[in-house]
Amino acid sequence: MGWGGILLLAVIGVGFGIVSVVISRFLGPRNPTPEKLAAYECGMPPVGDARERQSVKFYMICMIFLLFDIEIAFLGPWVLALRDLRWPGFFQIVVFFLILFVGYVYIWRKGVLDWGPEYDPDYKHAPKPGPAVVKRYRYGTRN
Amino acid sequence: MGLETEYEIPVLTTSAEFMIQWARRSAIWPVAFGLACCAIEMMATGAGRYDMARFGAEVFRGSPRQADLMIIAGRLSRKMAPAMRRIYDQMPEPKWVISMGACASCGGVFDNYAIVQGADQVVPVDVFIPGCPPRPEALIYGIVQLQKKIAASKLDQTPKVRIA
Amino acid sequence: MTAEEIIAAIAPAVPGATYEALVSTDAAVTPTILVPREHILATCQALQGSGLEYVAFSDVTAVDFHPNRSPRLDVVYHLVSPHRRQRVRLKVRMATEESIQSLTSLFPGAGWPERELYDLFGIVFDGHQDLRRLMMPEDWEGYPLRKDYPVQLRKDAQTYMPLQVTEEEFKANMERDRYQRQTSPAGKK
Repeated sequence: MGWGGILLLAVIGVGFGIVSVVISRFLGPRNPTPEKLAAYECGMPPVGDARERQSVKFYMICMIFLLFDIEIAFLGPWVLALRDLRWPGFFQIVVFFLILFVGYVYIWRKGVLDWGPEYDPDYKHAPKPGPAVVKRYRYGTRN
Repeated sequence: MGLETEYEIPVLTTSAEFMIQWARRSAIWPVAFGLACCAIEMMATGAGRYDMARFGAEVFRGSPRQADLMIIAGRLSRKMAPAMRRIYDQMPEPKWVISMGACASCGGVFDNYAIVQGADQVVPVDVFIPGCPPRPEALIYGIVQLQKKIAASKLDQTPKVRIA
Repeated sequence: MTAEEIIAAIAPAVPGATYEALVSTDAAVTPTILVPREHILATCQALQGSGLEYVAFSDVTAVDFHPNRSPRLDVVYHLVSPHRRQRVRLKVRMATEESIQSLTSLFPGAGWPERELYDLFGIVFDGHQDLRRLMMPEDWEGYPLRKDYPVQLRKDAQTYMPLQVTEEEFKANMERDRYQRQTSPAGKK
């Protein structure tokens, strides 16, 4: 009985988006000029292509988000519905957790969860200062 | 506009042009284009005391593709002129330009090689606001004048000649 | 330290240089020394030495005395000793045709101030890796802060820039705008 309401929500949500785009495509004026369609780089001519290699740390953040945020989001309704789901529901959530646990082990071993060294107020494990090497920055280079 | 009183429910009739221009002038979002000292006054106008959001300029959009008003707040230097033109080109129609302050309107106190003597050498300007810098009340007055100009103008803003 | 003391400390390290202590209104805070043009790099290296330790570069700027004085430009360096909390000012007199050694090998922070001087005065710095215009547009002609420059210049504003630039074109443009020392005596304006 509740599924009809969810279906209506999905239809209205997706439909509103589609209708807005379609109506503005047909009713809105179109005056494309090359300058208007050019890529935006704060007024400057854009240099090179935007399809570059990105750092892997964004993927790690995505994974952490999945693990901690999405998992909790699914755990919330499960908690409320546990009385009706009973034991099969319990095992289903354990399976869900185990699948995400693999990702948790991955980011744990990759060191993504390490924020810094242990609390060391007396500097017992502080690194010794090395020899004084001045690494000069040479102007005009990219070192 | 007319008020039809034959039916039970009161109905107002108006023209589509009126409604569309009302919608356009009541929610006119500026692109963040503060160049120099007038930008401080523009920020003050957007802040709490002289609230520009009351007049429709709710958010300063970072991208020109989501804005309809460009407030040129400050000195336009010669090196900045092509960048400003490009940002103006990347705004979708309908778009309007307010030239805020003396430097953007006519070069201001800077009568030299580095400052473009009037931003209307680069983009078509609708409202000029004098002042160095204009007070927030003056900027709000300029925005209200622009709203009156939009109310009085025709619907189709497509430029008849290709600019650029 | 007064200017004479600084000159006495660095004169042994830079043979052949004749320094002169100049008077200035803030001589108590910033002693001023007149340095010959050829010895500016050696002078700054000597000033970095022990005892003086002017290791921080504050600013370089220039003054144009055009009709009134024969070496018309005056390049002014400000160095700071954070260890001893003292400042020094070095002045170099030169003409516009001459070039001066760049301090970027000692102080990388001198890079953009020297670019600004090249842009606005036309002072060429030898040994600067990236001598391009900084504030004026890249294809500007003339050096605006010289005294014989028409300040109230009227020119149409440039309103067009290319729509897309590839990386090779971008680097080639930078090479083109850079001051080319070996092509011609006048180089790129």
